[in-house]
Amino acid sequence: MMTDEIQLIDESGIRLDGRRADELRPIKIEAGVLKNADGSAYIEWGKNKILAAVYGPREVHPRHLMNPSRAIVQCKYNMAAFSVGDRKRPGYDRRSVEISKVISDAMEHVVFTERFPRTTIDVFIEVIQANAGTRCAGLTVASVALADAGIPMRDLVPSCAAGKIDNQVVLDLFKDEDNYGEADLPIAYVPRTGKILLLQMDGHMTYDEFDKALDMLVSACEEIYTIQRDALRRKYSEDASEKLLAEIQNSNLASIEQPSILEGSTDIPPEDSTIITDNRKGGGFND
Amino acid sequence: MENTEEKVNDDNDFSEEQQEGKPREIVLPGDLLDEGTLKSGMGTYREGKKIFSAHVGIKSVRSNYINVISLSGRYIPKSGDTVIGVVIDLTPTSWILDINSPYSSPLHSSEVPWKIDFGETSRYLDIGDVVLTRVLSVDEIKRIQVTMRGPGLRKLNGGQLIKISASKVPRVIGKNGSMISLIKKYTNCHMFVGQNGRIWIEGTFDDIKLATKAIDIIEQAAHVSGLTSLTEEFLKNQKGMNNL
Repeated sequence: MMTDEIQLIDESGIRLDGRRADELRPIKIEAGVLKNADGSAYIEWGKNKILAAVYGPREVHPRHLMNPSRAIVQCKYNMAAFSVGDRKRPGYDRRSVEISKVISDAMEHVVFTERFPRTTIDVFIEVIQANAGTRCAGLTVASVALADAGIPMRDLVPSCAAGKIDNQVVLDLFKDEDNYGEADLPIAYVPRTGKILLLQMDGHMTYDEFDKALDMLVSACEEIYTIQRDALRRKYSEDASEKLLAEIQNSNLASIEQPSILEGSTDIPPEDSTIITDNRKGGGFND
Repeated sequence: MENTEEKVNDDNDFSEEQQEGKPREIVLPGDLLDEGTLKSGMGTYREGKKIFSAHVGIKSVRSNYINVISLSGRYIPKSGDTVIGVVIDLTPTSWILDINSPYSSPLHSSEVPWKIDFGETSRYLDIGDVVLTRVLSVDEIKRIQVTMRGPGLRKLNGGQLIKISASKVPRVIGKNGSMISLIKKYTNCHMFVGQNGRIWIEGTFDDIKLATKAIDIIEQAAHVSGLTSLTEEFLKNQKGMNNL
């Protein structure tokens, strides 16, 4: 088998990408990257690049999914055709349906769904570039996007995977380790309450290995949790405010287009009607 | 006409916070706010004796309640709110309004200032018409009723409708309507601000453009302190430039 030929971790415990066994890939999160969504976030987790957008609470379609006593959370995980080395056939497949479901279930546990009866909260997770661990990265970024959308929630949800390569337990597998390793264990863990909202396992581990992986994951999730919080704080930080003010002071009306937030109007005066029509074409309309 | 233009609602959540002169504290979901001494208010939740934040927002303590004022989010109707609705459907006895929330709302023919015969609803309001209404009631499953009976409530003819995030409406209005009257003063526009984040503006083309930009600034910089003077400066500059 291929596994025998490839050495994923060397004698001194350094992995193919230079990390130690308990080291995460570098993670960067930015909150509020999309204007048209109610909330959004973008994550770079090693070579993974994922965008999350939240819409809602809003009306449920199709109507039979509506719950009269609470909101439903519908996550949609999708990989772009160009996100992997070989072209990924676009659209739903068994894998994306499963991931969407487990992420939705995890999110429903932290969102105060009972505050918005008869509605849906839609979360779109778009994988732009994949390098293993996208469900964890997707869940991590989706929870930042939900917070950015102003949806009441108990906590942010950090998520991470551990696995087994060359008979050693390691944290946060990247693509080659995932492909040629022996096991993969993604979890979502809320540090404050100690609750696990997602746990899946692919492959085999002994009880001891599982415990060791879980220990690693708990401290990794704590680390990811601070990164998530920093992302949200940064959006409202002093620096961001100052930058915003500088922009406003430099802006002048001549450069400003007709209101882009124009939603609709009644009894348009004839001399203005052409401009408004153009604006509609330009995509000023939402919903 | 002149007399009917009003600030529609006063909500001073942001402004009061500003008055205290303290830097605003931004909290995140899951942040521990208090243990046992205060009561859990808006935007918070309780687990045992501990109170946590449920939003990304600004922490504020008022009369023993701890609140978190959310910085974003859709409009969720409250009884008594003044909202700007758009007619999206008709029935023989009512109109269905889109009030920019997850829930659409019926406006019954008995809740308008006119006498409506059965099936004659379209003679008074048709699809696409904009009305200023007040939320009458919201029940536990968020069924909503609105009314047009009340001072200042009416059909809005002409003008333009813009949309902002509902959580930023208090800033656009300002303390006791200070911000909105500032914009009106410098732009000579008639304006109505609905709690649902819809703003109706009537005036000349350039005035509407200026007012829209001013509101855009307020929306973007809603969490920054000293916003009123900033907006005034902006409006003054723009007015000065236009007069040259």
